[in-house]
Amino acid sequence: MMTFAPLLLVLLPVVAALVSFALPERLSAWRNGANIGVAFVKLLVVAYLLVQAQAGVVFEWRYEFLPGYDFVLRLDPLALLFVTLSVFLWLLTTIYAIAYFDRGPNLPRFFGFFNLCVLAATGVAMSGTAITFFLFYELLTLATWPLVAHRGDDKSLRAGQIYLTYTLAGSVAFLAGILWLQSLVGAIEFSAPADLGAIPPLTLTLIFILCIGGLGVKAAIIPFHGWLPEAMAAPAPVSALLHAVAVVKAGAFGIVRVIYDVYGIGTVAELGLGVPLAALASATILYGSVRALMQSDLKKRLAYSTVSQVSYIVLGASLVGPFAVIGGLVHLVHQGIMKITLFMCAGALANRMGIKAIAELDGAGRLMPVTMAAFSVGALGMIGMPPVAGFISKWYLGVGALQSDAAWAVAVLAGSSLLNAAYFLPLLYRAWLLPPPPGRPAIAELATTRDRMLILPAVVTAVVSLGAGIFASLPFSPLGWATLVGLGYLR
Amino acid sequence: MSPLDLLVAVPLGFMLAALLSGRAARWLILPAVPAMAGLALWLALVPPDAAYLVGHWDLPLGILLRPDGVARLMVAATALVIGAVGLHALVDPPEKAGNAAQAETFWPLIYLLWAGANAGFLTTDLFNLYVTLEMVSLAAVALAAMGSLEAALRYFMIALVGSLAYLLGVALLVGRYNTVDVTLLSQVAQPDLATMLALGLMTAGLLIKAALFPLHGWLPPAHAAAPAPASALLSAIAVKLGFVILLRLWFEAFPAVTGPTALHVLGGPGALAVIYGSVQAMRQQRLKALVAYSTVAQVGYLFLAFPLVAGAPDPSGAWAGMMLHAVAHMLAKAAMFLAAGLMLKAAAGDRIGDLGGLAQAMPLTVTAFGLAAVSLMGLPPSGGFTGKFLLLNAAIAQGAFLYAGVMILGGLLAAVYFFRTLSACFAAGPAPREPATRGVCTAAPLVLAGLAIAMGFGGSALHNLSAIAAPWAAPGAAAP
Repeated sequence: MMTFAPLLLVLLPVVAALVSFALPERLSAWRNGANIGVAFVKLLVVAYLLVQAQAGVVFEWRYEFLPGYDFVLRLDPLALLFVTLSVFLWLLTTIYAIAYFDRGPNLPRFFGFFNLCVLAATGVAMSGTAITFFLFYELLTLATWPLVAHRGDDKSLRAGQIYLTYTLAGSVAFLAGILWLQSLVGAIEFSAPADLGAIPPLTLTLIFILCIGGLGVKAAIIPFHGWLPEAMAAPAPVSALLHAVAVVKAGAFGIVRVIYDVYGIGTVAELGLGVPLAALASATILYGSVRALMQSDLKKRLAYSTVSQVSYIVLGASLVGPFAVIGGLVHLVHQGIMKITLFMCAGALANRMGIKAIAELDGAGRLMPVTMAAFSVGALGMIGMPPVAGFISKWYLGVGALQSDAAWAVAVLAGSSLLNAAYFLPLLYRAWLLPPPPGRPAIAELATTRDRMLILPAVVTAVVSLGAGIFASLPFSPLGWATLVGLGYLR
Repeated sequence: MSPLDLLVAVPLGFMLAALLSGRAARWLILPAVPAMAGLALWLALVPPDAAYLVGHWDLPLGILLRPDGVARLMVAATALVIGAVGLHALVDPPEKAGNAAQAETFWPLIYLLWAGANAGFLTTDLFNLYVTLEMVSLAAVALAAMGSLEAALRYFMIALVGSLAYLLGVALLVGRYNTVDVTLLSQVAQPDLATMLALGLMTAGLLIKAALFPLHGWLPPAHAAAPAPASALLSAIAVKLGFVILLRLWFEAFPAVTGPTALHVLGGPGALAVIYGSVQAMRQQRLKALVAYSTVAQVGYLFLAFPLVAGAPDPSGAWAGMMLHAVAHMLAKAAMFLAAGLMLKAAAGDRIGDLGGLAQAMPLTVTAFGLAAVSLMGLPPSGGFTGKFLLLNAAIAQGAFLYAGVMILGGLLAAVYFFRTLSACFAAGPAPREPATRGVCTAAPLVLAGLAIAMGFGGSALHNLSAIAAPWAAPGAAAP
């Protein structure tokens, strides 16, 4: 169990994927049971790992993938931060997806790739070497494509094509970067950053640009963000997953790894690469917010909001001050739980009431009060309103910016928060204060089991978003854990 | 007893039995698969010095069979490919409607191909290699003729030119050195006109057989027109023998004569083949033509690897990358042709746009196609990725950025045309014509593609296997 624990987290979804692929549709109850069961077991494994990690145990599993190149799964605190997030949200998304699709077509395929996707996301988190990271990162690309193109209509297929065009180009740049670096320093282990002192700064800068540029595609940094709003053609559970834990997070997480574990904060500062990256992240934050404001489709507005919010993580990582580092890391978690709340609510609204455009939200709070309450928590969190988790992120990032003498970043945060308010508050206004359009029938929001499975996951994440803000000072809170991780890098 | 001669003798025996047993010939594949798989496994495990002299005549009179890493890998991959294709063809005979006689000719041919390929991978005698080359060409032309006589005839004429060029080269070497054994040649070869001419002639002949750009013209029509199991064998095995003999010539017989820089003669066309084949594949509207042009591109990688092996301070990585790429291509391309054959039987037509609805109707076959595509694109985890990773590593380490760029670009282009195909399968479409296929038919491509993917997890073992008695390790080490 001890050293195999990381491997278990990779193999369990394989089991669920095979079960999902193999079982015919008439046994869908078994498939659903297997999916929820496996997700739950994973959560237990992670709980065990967290307790062990608190005691200072670092699990590692390695085998020689090629002579000189090890395949390494390593659960350092940063990995656990992301693993916990993805495994927890996966359980909820699985429940949500089962209710969302009910009896749609091609579900064995959907849940099979869904599990491969979680495998890839946890694998990305646990990767201990650059090549291991790349393996899982590419698996994520491949496993996500059938999910994006799931519906098989022209729009979905086009979205899938755009998704692949962007992400494969990004992967190639990233691969070129790590191969180049490997040719200079040998295999790249995240646990022991290589000595880069002997490499000319120009080479290091070019490799950095290749890596961050490649990873930036998935993290949706401008100008590589174009695929994300297009991918909204995917079903709601996929969007929830893409935006909260899987694809964009893998990109942001990779950027964190490159800055902290491949280059090291010191080298990034010496090369003067932090400030340009922070500037790019800031531009993305503002651009994403402005574009979000311009959308009339609910999911598209949320998508541009993701473009903006994920760059907070990059901003924190690139500012390289203690509070900024912690703020960026904690936002990796906070953005995940808040954004998944929003997407699950948006999916529920579309599923139950056919609401897709923002103009249709009028009175939604009266018809689906539980859903809209969860949505409101998520939205207020995104704006940065205390006591929701988003406030903690922005507070730490702001203080961190001042510590790093980057007062301009505080202005970016403030401007972005204003924009966040500008594009989220009208939604809440419409939902709670305007009357529903005449003729829209009242619905029983939580009447059946299926309704509860559709709506309660979002309630759970909304409560967790609140809890992560209110109890931020506890050791197992996202902030507590991010502080542990951040201090490890700053030592 | 030695697996070395049995690997040639047993398929020849099966060929004779198939010729004699007429309509029952198809059932011979059932004993042939375990027998050949066992022999291939035995070969993989024999000690490195277990060379075998046919008829027990000593060199230079005798013929040496030698189990180096190249031979072990290629023989094993050949057994997997022909075995899977054979079982597939047993259930779904490759014949045009109502022409059962055609299926009968298929069986002796695959055993001839099997014997010729195994002999070619194991021997290091240049004249013996000529014989194996002819066996494989004969089988390949006849297999191609099952689809299009015209394409097969063109293939035959061009293959004949290739054979003659090769034979002329061998004759020149006999006249000059009085031996055609690769190991003996490597000790005596001089960089004189006769040797260079011989090497040039043999290389040109073999490049025709291997279908390296710009000598690839015969391949796409022949491979696209043949029945799917025949196409699978042609693309997976027939073109690989030319590649292996070129390895013997350039790395074992004449490395001292040519020097490492001369290998750009092969690397350059290899790089062009990657680009040209990929661009052509992107332009194809018919599924099998697309898959055939992908072979043109994939063959390019094999030759692009030549200068990378020669230029590396430690060639073991590039060498393993080249061999992994060859084996992964054999498995993945055979899987892809078999899957394409099944898909075309169910689809409304043979164009890529006709594939709509297949992802729902035959998910396992589309999965096989997808897994094979993953390996061919060089995406992880797969043998194709591991091979390309090693080659890219070698290219970047020696500053061969042009080759590295071509490999990366080739992967991206492959993604364009393969994902276009997969995307078409996902699209909504009319109900397929014949959705139900029998288990073995579906399983064969799935197993082959699965193996191509599984190779991605066994990189270290395959790397070490490829290094057994490799020419760069210790020249002539395998000589008895």
